[in-house]
Amino acid sequence: MALAVPTLPDHQAAALAAAYARVVAVKRRQTMIGALAVIVLVYVASFYGEVDLAKLFGNIGSFFNYIGRLFYLDTGAHVFTNPSEWFWGITQKSKWLPLLFETVMVAYLGTVIGFIGALCLSFMSAANMVKSALIRNTAKRFLEFCRTVPELVFALIFVVAFGLGPLPGVLALAIHSMGALGKLFSEVIENIDMKPVEGLQSTGANWVQTIRFAAIPQVLSSFVSYSLLRFEVNVREAGIMGFVGAGGIGQELLVSIRKFYYSDVSAILILIIVTVMLIDLGTERVRHKLIGRESRWS
Amino acid sequence: MTRASPMQSSEEQARIAGAYPQFFTPDWRIRAPIIGGFAAAIALFVFGFIALDISWGRVWAGFGRLGEFVFLMLPPTYGDTNLPFDFLKSLQETDKLMLYVGSMVETLAIAFLGTLFAAIIALPFGFLAARNVIPNIFAHFAVRRFLDTIRSVDTLIWALIWINVVGLGPFAGILAVITSNFGIFGKLFSEALETADTRPGEGIISTGGSGFHAVRFGLLPQILPVFVSQVLYYFESNTRSATIIGIVGAGGIGQHLYEQIKILEWQHVSFLVLLVLVAVVVIDFISSRLRFAIIGTNALKR
Repeated sequence: MALAVPTLPDHQAAALAAAYARVVAVKRRQTMIGALAVIVLVYVASFYGEVDLAKLFGNIGSFFNYIGRLFYLDTGAHVFTNPSEWFWGITQKSKWLPLLFETVMVAYLGTVIGFIGALCLSFMSAANMVKSALIRNTAKRFLEFCRTVPELVFALIFVVAFGLGPLPGVLALAIHSMGALGKLFSEVIENIDMKPVEGLQSTGANWVQTIRFAAIPQVLSSFVSYSLLRFEVNVREAGIMGFVGAGGIGQELLVSIRKFYYSDVSAILILIIVTVMLIDLGTERVRHKLIGRESRWS
Repeated sequence: MTRASPMQSSEEQARIAGAYPQFFTPDWRIRAPIIGGFAAAIALFVFGFIALDISWGRVWAGFGRLGEFVFLMLPPTYGDTNLPFDFLKSLQETDKLMLYVGSMVETLAIAFLGTLFAAIIALPFGFLAARNVIPNIFAHFAVRRFLDTIRSVDTLIWALIWINVVGLGPFAGILAVITSNFGIFGKLFSEALETADTRPGEGIISTGGSGFHAVRFGLLPQILPVFVSQVLYYFESNTRSATIIGIVGAGGIGQHLYEQIKILEWQHVSFLVLLVLVAVVVIDFISSRLRFAIIGTNALKR
């Protein structure tokens, strides 16, 4: 079978080709302008950022040296030859293991308090739950504030107010988690099926009853799933809370980096990474279960 | 219009409840794990509260002090409101303002360069880590674990490491943001590549296009908007992390924030926080506008 490819007469094809060229030219011009803007911005930013490529390429070797040094003990032996010396800190009392436990606990308490706060504020900021625009916008702005200010800034202020230790870390993580979870929660709430809500309202249920029996069953599994994800993020964050004295293993890590205890740095980092990975694996299974049973929850 | 009253007499209610027990008694197979889960969560919370040795006295005293600080933070200023006006002092104050705004610009520069170059460097690694581009399972497994490891080390720690290499200052901050975002972008890019539709590429090959053409006209138009929108999203989040790397000396506004908190200049602290908030909101606005322009409203709402 011979396929006839339809070809237009020349004058029509030429007009189409010209139109295509015009469209492409406009697009090209836009791309060029965008690229030019990015280049100018890069130039300005590298002035303000004190970019010094010569220094970078001159010293890049010391970066890889540093990474390499992390895996050698003070004696000069490779860390893998003597793991008990490498991880010496985990057998010490009030050293790495208790501090790691403290890190996880700071993250957990922060997540739970943040979850409770987000639960209350998310219903207040959801458009389909609260009619008053004033309450809704106030709740929204407050949540925005809580998640925009970095955790570490809250931690710095709380360390001054509450003193050194895990408490300021817990509160800093709680406030940030509340802001982040509150936004996600209110988006979940805004997407629920409104029929149960209307059904309950028609029977004369009050606001709290409506939320308890119409909204919560629909949203609870997503809420828990988001909170478990947040917990994992918070463990990571709690690992650096110690940098400003807000509890956890961060203090120990900072000291090791500042004092060039190379093998300690790699050991602590590995402990943090393994902990985060274990939590990730554990919560992932729970989350998959939760998502699977979402429709069955009533 | 008269409607049948929803109120039934109590024996009527009891009759219905008796006839349909499955709707009127709680299903413990569903309820027990929920209650059990929450009970376990609360028990762990109480245990953590005790294990961290948190006392209520400290909590209340702390909140009292915190309230005091908030009171002292108002109004936010970059100057000294307690002294009467004089010309020399107002010049010094302007200097301070310029210093703060300058370091905010530095913060934005760190976030911008860090995000942009992380994306550029991560692009080839995204291809290497994508299952459908590199079929060799060992290669992409190795690249993935490599990216995971880099990602799980915080920006602040990378900043400390880079300070050893290029010295104190914003350049170390830029390099730290590049390093930690490189891991994130590598993973995101490879995921976008794996979900890309292969049919446009096959179509191009079938009309006689080369492999390069298939990537350029079949794959790139699909993934580029996704990449750009992810990069813009992370620009905003990096602005926030760039504000704190100054705490370890890697440039940006964090250093001033740290100093002002240490010397309890609360009005300056609130001014700096306000500066950060405004910058983040502006960046958020610009980047979401750009994302809308690039990938369209509908695609974003998915």
